[in-house]
Amino acid sequence: MTDLTDLTLAEARDALKAKQASSTEITGAFLKAMEAARGLNAYVLETPEQALAMAKASDEKLARGQGGALEGLPLGIKDLYATKGVRTTAGSNILCNFVPAYESTVTSQLWRDGAVMLGKLNNDEFAMGSSNETSAFGPVSSPWRREGSNAALVPGGSSGGSSSAVAARLCLGATATDTGGSIRQPAAFTGTVGIKPTYGRCSRWGIVAFASSLDQAGPIARTVRDNAILLRSMAGHDPKDTTSVDIAVPDYEAAVGRSIKGMKIGIPKEYRVDGMPAEIEALWGKGAEWLKAAGAELVDVSLPHTKYALPAYYIVAPAEASSNLARYDGVRYGLRVPGKDIQEMYEKTRAAGFGKEVRRRIMIGAYVLSAGYYDAYYVKAQKIRTLIKRDFEEVYAQGVHAILTPATPSAAFGIGEKGGADPVEMYLNDVFTVTVNMAGLPGIAVPAGLSSEGLPLGLQLIGRPFDEETLFSVAEVIEQAAGRTRLPDAWW
Amino acid sequence: MSVDQATVRRIAHLARVAVTEEEVPHLQGELNAILAFVEQLDEVDVSGVEPMTSVTPMVMKKRQDAVTDGGIADIIVGNAPMTEDHYFMVPKVVE
Repeated sequence: MTDLTDLTLAEARDALKAKQASSTEITGAFLKAMEAARGLNAYVLETPEQALAMAKASDEKLARGQGGALEGLPLGIKDLYATKGVRTTAGSNILCNFVPAYESTVTSQLWRDGAVMLGKLNNDEFAMGSSNETSAFGPVSSPWRREGSNAALVPGGSSGGSSSAVAARLCLGATATDTGGSIRQPAAFTGTVGIKPTYGRCSRWGIVAFASSLDQAGPIARTVRDNAILLRSMAGHDPKDTTSVDIAVPDYEAAVGRSIKGMKIGIPKEYRVDGMPAEIEALWGKGAEWLKAAGAELVDVSLPHTKYALPAYYIVAPAEASSNLARYDGVRYGLRVPGKDIQEMYEKTRAAGFGKEVRRRIMIGAYVLSAGYYDAYYVKAQKIRTLIKRDFEEVYAQGVHAILTPATPSAAFGIGEKGGADPVEMYLNDVFTVTVNMAGLPGIAVPAGLSSEGLPLGLQLIGRPFDEETLFSVAEVIEQAAGRTRLPDAWW
Repeated sequence: MSVDQATVRRIAHLARVAVTEEEVPHLQGELNAILAFVEQLDEVDVSGVEPMTSVTPMVMKKRQDAVTDGGIADIIVGNAPMTEDHYFMVPKVVE
């Protein structure tokens, strides 16, 4: 057998079932790879003892012919997910010593189904970022480099630890979260696949909150099929999250390989933005041709409020963040910096505990929610959100099954290259993904080719509410047509 | 709309984040860049549009108003920076 870390999640699952390998062997191979890849800074905490104990328990189950859908499969967990007894920081100094006494619903479902935890993955602080450069643990490097260059590139963000670890083969798959593109953009930057399911599909309980009306959990993995397998375990109704939806979770894997013949795929003209690189435009056209060749019908559609999604997002998300992050006050958990009175203690604690980007966003949030500005900013942004959602509803009412767009406006950029002077420069990364969060829809990013510099480029498919199955079917057609991305050889 | 330095200090206080005098001009520039970016929303006519309150149409779920958990004070204060007898300790608030 080839190197065990080269297996996809589905291949590893089948190898375990066929007893060609044990979970202890596979888990051991990943732990070794993680140790050798510490320079990438993808993991902020490795949990080898727990991993090997879980693997052993899985092997015993598998030997008895038992075990769940993910039995014995080692995964990385974004450090935004609370893990019982295992430090959970959200990439922030303010939670640097936080050890949850509870397990997030999504991870508890992964363990219920037999998965093995390898450790906690780096992310932008409180998931605020598009490059994984705002983490208190420092930036994550992508395993990808431009042809003929040794410059370190970002793995995208906020789920940069997840995307880097999956691409570098430091886990079979990873959990991630997506508020404005934080699953799809890092997946696109690293030649991996990531799906943000419909809002309400996965429980948010036990996931550190950023912007509650936009946050959604999802996987990043190497293939469309691996995503389908993981999402089935992650999804489902949870009474502890009132926004989680009580509808049955389908067998997503069954949708992988299903024919897309006769499906209508929308091509939205508003995604042809000014200054879009020719290679992104060409990739998009190629993706459309692949779908057409598979029997889908391409239809031109219009989503007129697309350009307003990002500015509206930068009102709604900071507003919700400023409210969610009010809990970090140095009283009940996390960092405390003493002050002469309680007021000064709060202010010093939050100044020391939050990084620059987080401070900036909670200040913007406090401003747009403050007296005299609430209607002009927040209420207006929520009205625009209604219009964005209506755009999609009108397209879907025309019988469109899914919408094809580029995933990102460019390939990955270098660490330290963007957003230094103007924060908006970094925000523009999410221009194609953020509409999906604003409308609560599912979206998947799938690798579709390489840039002229040899870096992965992805396409995005946007689906109807709770129709992730169509996304898996269509994404697999792109994956097959593009050919599986050859992940970079270990240089790290 | 843009913010002046006094407003930056006021927002920082509202957000309970201490800022130093050196930070104020930087923050002012960054906040104004974001506010300038969102200004394009003024182009959109939103008259008669309802603000979104829920992204998925759903009825608010309710449950029995009953105690379902408890007796775990040790766990509740387990991560607190300062506690005494299951109380969170803070600087004196009332003189």
